[in-house]
Amino acid sequence: MSAEPILSVRDLTKVFGEGEAQAKVLKGIDLTMAPGEMAALLGPSGSGKSTLLTILGTLMRASGGRHEMLGVDLMQASDAERTAFRSRHLGFVFQFHHLLPDLTALENVMMPAAAAAGRESRAMRERAAELLDAVGLADRRDYRPGALSGGQRQRVAVARALINQPVLVLADEPTGNLDRQAADQVMQLIRSINQTLATSFLISTHDEHIAGQCPRRIELLDGRIVRS
Amino acid sequence: MSPYAVKLAFRHLLSHPGQSALLMSGVALGVGVFIFMSALIGGLATLLTLRTVGSIPHIVLEMPDRDPAVLAPQSGAQVVLQKDLSRRQQIAIWQPVVPIIEAEAGVTAVSPQIRGSAYVERGQALAPVGVIGVMPGKLSDIADIEGAIVDGSSNLPTDGILIGSRLAGDLGLRTGQVLRLTSERGRARSFRISGIFTLGVASADRQAVYMDFTTARALFDLPTGISRIEIKVEPATDAAAIAARLRRSTGLKTTAWTEDNSQLFEGLDAQARTGTIIKAFALITIVVGIASAMLLSIVRRQAEIGIMRAMGASKRLVVSIFVLEGTLIGFIGAVVGALVAWLVLLPLPPVSEVESGGLPIDQAQGDFLLAIALTTLAAALASILPARRAARIDPVEAIGS
Repeated sequence: MSAEPILSVRDLTKVFGEGEAQAKVLKGIDLTMAPGEMAALLGPSGSGKSTLLTILGTLMRASGGRHEMLGVDLMQASDAERTAFRSRHLGFVFQFHHLLPDLTALENVMMPAAAAAGRESRAMRERAAELLDAVGLADRRDYRPGALSGGQRQRVAVARALINQPVLVLADEPTGNLDRQAADQVMQLIRSINQTLATSFLISTHDEHIAGQCPRRIELLDGRIVRS
Repeated sequence: MSPYAVKLAFRHLLSHPGQSALLMSGVALGVGVFIFMSALIGGLATLLTLRTVGSIPHIVLEMPDRDPAVLAPQSGAQVVLQKDLSRRQQIAIWQPVVPIIEAEAGVTAVSPQIRGSAYVERGQALAPVGVIGVMPGKLSDIADIEGAIVDGSSNLPTDGILIGSRLAGDLGLRTGQVLRLTSERGRARSFRISGIFTLGVASADRQAVYMDFTTARALFDLPTGISRIEIKVEPATDAAAIAARLRRSTGLKTTAWTEDNSQLFEGLDAQARTGTIIKAFALITIVVGIASAMLLSIVRRQAEIGIMRAMGASKRLVVSIFVLEGTLIGFIGAVVGALVAWLVLLPLPPVSEVESGGLPIDQAQGDFLLAIALTTLAAALASILPARRAARIDPVEAIGS
């Protein structure tokens, strides 16, 4: 890999519970990602995909190992520092869109930026409109999530993940809830963003068809990476 | 408080108009109870005070007791004090005192009076009465006798008297009839009843007899002095302070109406405390209502809160949104409640014109602004705990659910 990696994880472990009830979900993960990389994270249920994404997204702390991103040691960072880091450098797309029902599509896309700044601004509004344009929903910007189809909602969620111009977008089964056609549309959108904006994507999925569209493939089995 | 928190709080309230309206009407109802109680308790106090001070003197000036002063109280000698009863209790030199009293700020009426006990005879019936000799033109200075006349007129010729309706009823008397009156000094004289009054105060209506000042002098053997000076002041609640000043300027013994009516004040105090308790319960109801509504709302919106936190919203932002939302429910509900209460109380008559049986509600004592301020504060406090709970929501769990 020519460029400095954006993400570097060494011997990462995660243990839930204590004593007898202890469950080791991640058993020493080594992983790096380069800028602009697009990788699929595959593995059966319970292999630790969601836990890994949650830790990489700074929503949960690992039990051991090293976790660095953009030169920041995220194992040592405080909760407030991790929240600020998350808001500035990371984007999320979840299986369920989780859009705020009271906000319009445009306002939902702006939300991560507005929440960090404490206010909405004209620049955010313009960027959110551009992103909605890019995901093909320019004519739906004033619709609330309830008035959008499942595929449209997930495309709004992708646009929302990009508002803060993150380095890395973590997508947990982003098409798991969509039919084939809508899933293909969302993947096509992710690929084009990956190519035009050079945003890195790590996409967890069960679906070989989705994984096939990613240049890199990381396979997880029983808390260990078996292929990367 | 960031503008974004304000926007999200308003947006949520406006997105669920039915739920917001229901919550706010609950608050409005509580505020209505608060204002109604304030207006009623305040009105009752005003009415009772009005009724009490309406027919009585606010300050009475009498001659001080002439008991001898003990010159050396610490001497250790045994001292026996005997009341000096050798002279009549009277204000002998009173003409110079009247202008001094009239000059005192707050004094609205001054009535020098001859007072004494007497009994009236009619056939075999006897009734004790208190005679009040008033100066011409000062008949209604203390109690509104002229306005209380139910039969006859309020004119007081030298041989005329005015009696209360209860006394008239007890002895079967009517206007124009002649009555024999014997004073405590043993002097007796016949009078014609000029008029009969009903003050609404049982003791006065049964025992008070009004007559001309000069006639009373003769009846009670008081050729120059007078028994007492009664005065009215405005406002009546200043009576104690004015009485203290008059005591110094006239050297007379002064008694303010507040000293003789401590029971009234105890009653008013107890009533005010009851009102405070009811108002406190109204506020507690509002707090419990808002807190439980906010808690429910937070449980329902767990995923939303989780996603905001995952997307980088600080705990502080989450707390602000929910505290603001609860405060807005409280404030808007309180303003609506206060407005409705104001409109409902508007057509009610002033306390002084309330007829018996009617509720003496004084709109001016409704504490509208206090109700709004306290409710808003209570709502903000009620939202703090639920809001902190919202901020503690774990994004991972919330999104997973």
